[in-house]
Amino acid sequence: MKIYRISLVFVLVALLLAACGSSGGAKVLNLYAWSEYVPQALLDNFTQQTGIKVNYDTYSSNEELLAKLQAGASGYDVIVPSDYIVSIMTHQNMLEKLDLSRIPNFANIDSRFKNPSFDASNMYTVPYQWGTTGLLYDPTVMPFEPTRWADLWDPAFANRLVALDDEREIIGVALQVLGYDKNATDSVQLEAAKQKLLELMPNIRLFDSDSPESAILSGEAWAGIVWNGNASLGYAENTDLVYLCPEEGCGIWFDNLAIPKNAPHADAALQFINYVLSPEASILITMEFPYSNPNAAALEYLKTSDQALYDSYMSFAGTNPPQDFLMKATPLIDVGEATTIYDRIWTEIKGGQ
Amino acid sequence: MEKHRHKFSLLKVLRENQAAQGSFLMSPTNIYSMIFIVLPLILVVVLSFLARGTYGEVVFRFNLTNYTRLFDTLYAKILAFSLGVGLGTTIVSLLVGYPMAYYIARAPVHQRSLLLFLILLPFWTNFIIRIYAWIMILREGGFLNSFLQWTGLIHQPLNILYTPTAVLIGMVYEFLPFMVLPLYTSLEKIKDAQLEAAADLGAPPWKAFLRVTLPLSVPGMIAGTILVFIPAMGMFVVPDLMGGAKTILIGNVIRNQFLTARDWPFGAAASMLLMLLTMAFTIYYTRKAGFGEELLV
Amino acid sequence: MSEKKPALWLRIYTFLVYAYIYFPILILVIFSFNTQKLNIHWEGFTLEWYNKLFQDSQVLLAARNTLIIAFISTLVATIIGTMAALALQRYRFPGYNLSETVLYVPVVIPEVVMGISLLVFFAIIKFTLGIATITLSHIAFNIPFVALVVRARLHGFDKSIEEASMDLGANELITFWRVTLPTIMPGVLSGAMLAFTLSLDDYVITYFTAGPGSTTLPLRIYSMVRFAVTPEVNALSTIWILIVFILLFIGEYAPRSRTKIKT
Repeated sequence: MKIYRISLVFVLVALLLAACGSSGGAKVLNLYAWSEYVPQALLDNFTQQTGIKVNYDTYSSNEELLAKLQAGASGYDVIVPSDYIVSIMTHQNMLEKLDLSRIPNFANIDSRFKNPSFDASNMYTVPYQWGTTGLLYDPTVMPFEPTRWADLWDPAFANRLVALDDEREIIGVALQVLGYDKNATDSVQLEAAKQKLLELMPNIRLFDSDSPESAILSGEAWAGIVWNGNASLGYAENTDLVYLCPEEGCGIWFDNLAIPKNAPHADAALQFINYVLSPEASILITMEFPYSNPNAAALEYLKTSDQALYDSYMSFAGTNPPQDFLMKATPLIDVGEATTIYDRIWTEIKGGQ
Repeated sequence: MEKHRHKFSLLKVLRENQAAQGSFLMSPTNIYSMIFIVLPLILVVVLSFLARGTYGEVVFRFNLTNYTRLFDTLYAKILAFSLGVGLGTTIVSLLVGYPMAYYIARAPVHQRSLLLFLILLPFWTNFIIRIYAWIMILREGGFLNSFLQWTGLIHQPLNILYTPTAVLIGMVYEFLPFMVLPLYTSLEKIKDAQLEAAADLGAPPWKAFLRVTLPLSVPGMIAGTILVFIPAMGMFVVPDLMGGAKTILIGNVIRNQFLTARDWPFGAAASMLLMLLTMAFTIYYTRKAGFGEELLV
Repeated sequence: MSEKKPALWLRIYTFLVYAYIYFPILILVIFSFNTQKLNIHWEGFTLEWYNKLFQDSQVLLAARNTLIIAFISTLVATIIGTMAALALQRYRFPGYNLSETVLYVPVVIPEVVMGISLLVFFAIIKFTLGIATITLSHIAFNIPFVALVVRARLHGFDKSIEEASMDLGANELITFWRVTLPTIMPGVLSGAMLAFTLSLDDYVITYFTAGPGSTTLPLRIYSMVRFAVTPEVNALSTIWILIVFILLFIGEYAPRSRTKIKT
């Protein structure tokens, strides 16, 4: 009977698939990180050296990581939370303390990135990569070259801007334009920021956190509020593009390696973290994903092993922001209960017209 | 021997008692639903009455603020807009899909499964990729504009992408099989005898269609409408990607509560609202126009 | 309905709709050979993305997981859903209205809600997230879709052939197997195909119920795409379509052991 045959085939195929390719791992590490953030080569080398197989699961935002862990998802050994998320997690006791004696390669990290405000003495985290949020534009199509966020409000840019689909970043820009703190919680200031953003809406062609540089490269947009990784990718395709920190200020962020509480393979996790901090592993990250690398030893190593890449890393503001850029950059801090105000503003901006 | 007798009487009960047969057939679904649908949803209902803590965690403090927040005009506007999008998608899918389902239902029998398969085949690629393909087609420098400009039909590129039109194109694209499949199963069942009878009685083809085919395909239309309208209302991915994320639908609001604002209780309340609306719609619709008729047969 | 040569406009129309459905797929396939990584403009022809794909162990693992989940959930949901459709369409029993309402709940709730509710549920009963939880979740949302499609098919089902079969001496079970089931089979298969598609493509619910090492293709692709749509993803889609095409050919043209008498 036809149904018999079909269902039999179904079951057989399912069993076949289940049988072949089972991981059988006694030695396994479950990594939970941003997608397109940890090079496969790095994972393969680690497996070769230690015999530990790495499962690399991905998320696309800090909030997703937090949401999953807060809901009780478990089984992960290493996660890569950003600065303000680390604060939230430590307050809720979601991270294991790190035994830095098991991570000798921590010495490779540039001292500027050690001992951050969100994790004094690196009790719970070590740096992974860092980056900035700034203004990217294509000077060949712009009517004039912007130097301030306020320039973007010019009617000349009608329907020509791309912006990150991130309420904290964009509301933060409006706050900075008005001269307020990027992490404001005062409802009067936030209301003003909302009004300012409503004025910007006609200029925004689209919101996109995935690949905003694509809109600029394809000509749909002329300028955008983007992360440095996006800027670097865009620059790799079009060296005319300019990335800078506007006068009112911009953003800076730090991603870190951490071990969630009750990780099943804590020992392997420490080994992995130590490996990632080694120069050979660290330059693999820079070669594939153009963010900024806090590992000083790795950058030194890069100078000798791939001069050309080192030079382009050093010369582009996306990977190596100059001092005046950094001085105007402010990190995001969790705004606690004010998060609901931000969310409401975001909803009103997008849905209220 | 005793067991045999037991089994016999159970079968006897099932044989003679219609209600028992019905219950028996329904029981696997009921059990499954109880565990994996009803129970989790009860958790969500409970969640909607709780509060958000400073760090986005759930605090066990009973309150009704989540629901009172929803009565703001902002959310009413968003809900209305979502309803509009759902309705638009459904109507366009119905109009686009009906002739297609009709064609397949009347195609040679051995071709039918192939034709249906061809509709479903693109949906075995990934949903996100298909949307990106549409973005490539609809953007300013994309295929549609290049083609239209090349033929001289237009001189300035059309601004389709990141507008509601693009969202509609994308939504219909995604939901078309959900409309075509039920329509097809309904249409395919219509017996020739009925159509021949209509012809014999002197009805021209279009009248036969209106009076015989169309009414008989109503169950398919109902199933299709439910399968399209409801998910379309709660959709957020297509408006995000093809609408430039410039519009907020109720689905976006809910998603934001769970992922960005981390205000789960409020998200749960918003979900409850959406659920109640869509369930009311479904119950009303099917009672009035659909499966209720079976009772009278 | 029987076959009759349909009007010309109808044939042209259907062709156009198929074109609408397939044009993006064509773009997808062509651009899987593009040398430009960001895949915005066509730059040149290359096979490197296919190469990269076959070495991408994450993608291969995801593909395997996706198929297992799709097959199992389709099988279970089709059986349970068809039973439910029969129950609702042909019988009255205590709790009918409640059963019907509860059945349709997954169709009616936003996927995010269903996903979250399942995540919290599994967390509370301490059921480790993985392939099992994803499969259980997929079965949950597939059952009503199968039931809906089969019900549409059952509406107006002529019971007289069943009565005839029983008059001829067959009992309920044989009648069901030999008469009822073949008649509703097109509906059941439609429902199964729909369930399979839904499972294969599901993102939101799978996202919330997946655990370490149980990532599926939609999850993997969505995260690959978050950073930049590289042609590797196009290559994956192209291979996928190719495999399905091959399976389809085998299904259509493989020798049949028995011809069936159609009612």
